[in-house]
Amino acid sequence: MTKGRRIGSYIFLIIASIFSAFPLYWMLASATNKSTDVIAGKLIPGTYLLENWANLIKAQKVGLAMWNSFRYSILMTVISLFVCSLAGYGFEIYHTKGKDRVMAVVLLAMMVPFAATMIPLFQMFSSAGLLNTAAGFILPTISTPFLIMMFRQSARSFPHEMIDAARVDGLNEFQIFLQMFFPTMKSTYAAAMTITFMNAWNSYLWPKIIMTNGKSLTMPMLIANLKAGYVTDYGSLMLGVTLCSLPTIIVFFLLQKNFANGITGAVKG
Amino acid sequence: MAEKAKQLKNGYSLEKKENRTGWVFLAPAVLLIAVMSFYPMIRALLLSFQTGVGKSMSWTGLTNYIRMFKDKLFIQALGNTFLYLIIQVPIMLVLALILATMLNNKDLKCKGLFRTLIFLPCATSLVSYAIIFRSLFANDGFVNHLLMSIGLISQPVAWLTTTSTARFVIIFALIWRWTGYNMVFYLAGLQNIDYSVYEAAAIDGASPWTTFWKITAPLLKPTILLTAIMSTNGTLQLFDESVNLTAGGPANTTLTMSHYIYNLSFQGAPNFGYASALAFVILILVAILAFVQMKVGDTRD
Repeated sequence: MTKGRRIGSYIFLIIASIFSAFPLYWMLASATNKSTDVIAGKLIPGTYLLENWANLIKAQKVGLAMWNSFRYSILMTVISLFVCSLAGYGFEIYHTKGKDRVMAVVLLAMMVPFAATMIPLFQMFSSAGLLNTAAGFILPTISTPFLIMMFRQSARSFPHEMIDAARVDGLNEFQIFLQMFFPTMKSTYAAAMTITFMNAWNSYLWPKIIMTNGKSLTMPMLIANLKAGYVTDYGSLMLGVTLCSLPTIIVFFLLQKNFANGITGAVKG
Repeated sequence: MAEKAKQLKNGYSLEKKENRTGWVFLAPAVLLIAVMSFYPMIRALLLSFQTGVGKSMSWTGLTNYIRMFKDKLFIQALGNTFLYLIIQVPIMLVLALILATMLNNKDLKCKGLFRTLIFLPCATSLVSYAIIFRSLFANDGFVNHLLMSIGLISQPVAWLTTTSTARFVIIFALIWRWTGYNMVFYLAGLQNIDYSVYEAAAIDGASPWTTFWKITAPLLKPTILLTAIMSTNGTLQLFDESVNLTAGGPANTTLTMSHYIYNLSFQGAPNFGYASALAFVILILVAILAFVQMKVGDTRD
């Protein structure tokens, strides 16, 4: 690589990085500033955080929404990872008749847009009494073709000799899955966890449809509600937005390394 | 080989047992997909031939499908969605490819830092980034403040209440949110290409342009296809941005199809029949575009 080209690369990457990080920096800085300072273009962090917090909790039930979002997202992540990894493992390991045809149908579900299922799902869930419940929140997206595919892909690298040895040792099939597959596939689980938690936390359209009472409010719904009035209180608005973004950003940073490895595993093949 | 021998040795009973265990492992996931995706899809298809509210639905044949051709708002939403698709998806994928190619260079320093920063937007919640961009581009927002202070404009631009600029802001925001996401897929794909191929090409004096078209593009094709299908799928289903960034305005010129379907179903008097017909149009578009992309992806083999 010539020197000129290398400098070009650096300039491009630096611009892309600033462009990517600036809106988030602005969000954080604004959460600590008075609304009038935000409008005046103040970019350095201020000392107005506590006042913004007081205004925010006066306007909205932040604690409740945080609790709901965490509850729904963690529940979704645990159940979804279990169901999808079980299926991905099953698709790859067992010589089940017709499983390739079933897999093809499962992948077809990827093409079904949510708009095409949301109305019947709403009707089904309201007659089953699942509106405003955690079960209602998680059921439509527990099983996703993408995760099943990802786990199937990673099960491909799982040595069959280990399974045979475990069978000789007297482990049953489910124990093999739980005690052998689960611990060896940590990076796939970490990647799947990041994706599922983020999707659950960010989910907005479906909760907006089924969470009809104020008690089941989630964080994305809360910050979307924060726009009443002609004069926007940018300070408390950005504090709300920050609180809604921090959990997914933290999860991403904690699992970043595994996440990249997991995606590599899923793309390979 | 080992598997075959094992099967022969243990004979029929093991195969039968494996078959049963296999189905037990698949059952929860497959059943959930059937009940939560395919069954509602069929119900939506049936609904799309009906009209009325709640329990008093009646069959109307193709009325809903005929109605949409005269529905100016639907045609507007369809046009808006395709505008986003045609402009935003190619720009984003090309940018992601360029960034991934640059970051794949072994001699580059601070690779991890660049990668993390560029991926950061994808860790932001969808509603959050829509609100951040709405605030940045507000009349009293930071973008106007910046442009005025460097003297590019003399008075605030009404970004979100003018059709062309509102569309620009949505496309700009989408590129911001999703470029890093696609980049991660390309970086993963590039890791499967042996780096010595690039070194050999460099020794042979190949320009980056030639290297990209002769080595990277053909080998990354499956990944590019995957990201193209995912992005198309996502764009056709845009909702959060339309609702929270521009509220579909001004005068519905940024309204997306999913937003319109939501309004028809859950705002004011619900019209499940007509909304389902529109939802089926999205489904058919997703299927057609995925099919076309797979065909295009195939012929170059």
